[in-house]
Amino acid sequence: MVAMTPLLETRGLKRHFGGLKAVDGVDFTLMPGEIRAVIGPNGAGKTTFVSLVCGRITPSAGTIVFQGRDITNLPAHRRVRQGIAYAFQITSVFPNLSVYDNVALPVQRTLTDGRSQKALREGAMEALQRTGLADRAGVPAGQLAYGHQRLLEVAMGLALRPRLLILDEPTQGLSDGEIEDFVRLVQEVASEATVLLIEHNMPLVMRLAHCITVLDAGRILAEGTPDEIRENVAVQQAYLGTITGEAAA
Amino acid sequence: MTGEVSPLRVYLLHAAIILALFALNFMLPPYHHGLMARIMVLAVFAMGYNMLFGYAGLLSLGHAMFFAAGMYGTGLAITHFGTGVPAAFACGIVAGAVLAFAIGLLALRTSGVAFMIVTMMFSQVFYLAILYFAAWTGGDQGMVLQQAARVATLGPLVLDLSHPVGRYMAALALFAIALFATLITVRSRWGRVLVAIRENEERTRMLGYDTFANKLAVTVLSGTIAAAAGSAFALLFGYVGANFAAVQYSILPLLWVLLGGAATTLGPLVGTVVMYYVTDTASSYTSAWLLIVGVVLIALVLFFPKGILGTLRERWAGWLP
Repeated sequence: MVAMTPLLETRGLKRHFGGLKAVDGVDFTLMPGEIRAVIGPNGAGKTTFVSLVCGRITPSAGTIVFQGRDITNLPAHRRVRQGIAYAFQITSVFPNLSVYDNVALPVQRTLTDGRSQKALREGAMEALQRTGLADRAGVPAGQLAYGHQRLLEVAMGLALRPRLLILDEPTQGLSDGEIEDFVRLVQEVASEATVLLIEHNMPLVMRLAHCITVLDAGRILAEGTPDEIRENVAVQQAYLGTITGEAAA
Repeated sequence: MTGEVSPLRVYLLHAAIILALFALNFMLPPYHHGLMARIMVLAVFAMGYNMLFGYAGLLSLGHAMFFAAGMYGTGLAITHFGTGVPAAFACGIVAGAVLAFAIGLLALRTSGVAFMIVTMMFSQVFYLAILYFAAWTGGDQGMVLQQAARVATLGPLVLDLSHPVGRYMAALALFAIALFATLITVRSRWGRVLVAIRENEERTRMLGYDTFANKLAVTVLSGTIAAAAGSAFALLFGYVGANFAAVQYSILPLLWVLLGGAATTLGPLVGTVVMYYVTDTASSYTSAWLLIVGVVLIALVLFFPKGILGTLRERWAGWLP
């Protein structure tokens, strides 16, 4: 097997808030094309970890390498341009702008020719079509139903054409039907981008993820395929508890 | 801003406003003719303020310094170096742009209330500096620009800016340029980015935008437009005074913009006209005209928090830019 360059690699990554070690020495490797889930109990440092990766907060120690390049000191907007997109945990669309404008913003940033009105329109509508929001393009984003706002959040991430799409609890508050649509969307996205997913919905994680990283108290507790994680005694003790029952249901 | 609105109606409306102002030149009695020229220049100041406050959501309380930078850049050039009108106008604009860039670099490190205070403090420093360097600036006496210095010659074209019609037309020309510059900017992709920064700066940053650079750019644009207004004010009305750098002239554009409607292209004009005439009418009846102005403003905030055109857009005319 040919050795591939990891898409993302963190070494000894730490972030301390005063005495709280939110992320405490994480060595993490993500290969291109994966769907990776990061799970762990509340306060395990999941959101802090991905915030370090996308640059919203700066690490206390450690390095982050993306596509072979050290991005530890790169500001967040430059990381986005390198291909890291982050869809917020708390829905963070522009409520007073139309749905179209919400996706036009990321699209116009990624357009290289910079001028073509047609390319902007096509790019924006494509992102809306993939998320099933095309017929709502003219509606102010704040008037969308909650589930649709979550989808719009993902659409904005997609519109950036990222290499790495970070989704922070994307299915929180979605109905079962909406979750099914979402699973299809993520699987489709994974054909062109690597997906890093923070998620609490265990059956969903078990179905979607190729590989799961379990965080606990700022450290990696375990890492492996869904089956390995399900069988892992330490994980069961720390967090999962009823996972086998839930997954079977 | 859905990206769907037909631009024709929008441009026609703005062209009609310019035409109406042009027609007023021949219809207004002398007193109102002079007042309207003044209002148009101050509306340009308000439009510059609106770029920063209305669209990018940055509330500056120090825009008097940019207005005064334009005014003094022009006044000093004429008084001390005897330049012609075009060169003096250019001096004013460059002074405003450079000052806005420097202030932006420093003040934009803060946000919210801190930004208001920092801009206000810089503006006070600018005001006090004008008084301090009285040997150059004339201190609180200011500088009077002689009529001979206010005749612009551009090739064969001679425009006497102290003559009422020349003054009105120059004010209208500046107003028209500023209006269409604003309109084009806010309808552009960059305008969309500015609004995005106003609505949610963190999200905008996470879409790959350098929000600091964008805010700095709009600060420079806003300061430059304010400086152009200040420069024109000096040239058209022949007086450069420190009171135009005082805190009052930082508050006024905010009030004009709020009254007319923040983040509307025509709001600054509407707000300036209404405010000026309310003040003017009130002061002809009572010496307590500031009280009346205050009551009007309170009523505005209570019943029309989005301003005149903002309310109009919300209720009846969603296509207004």
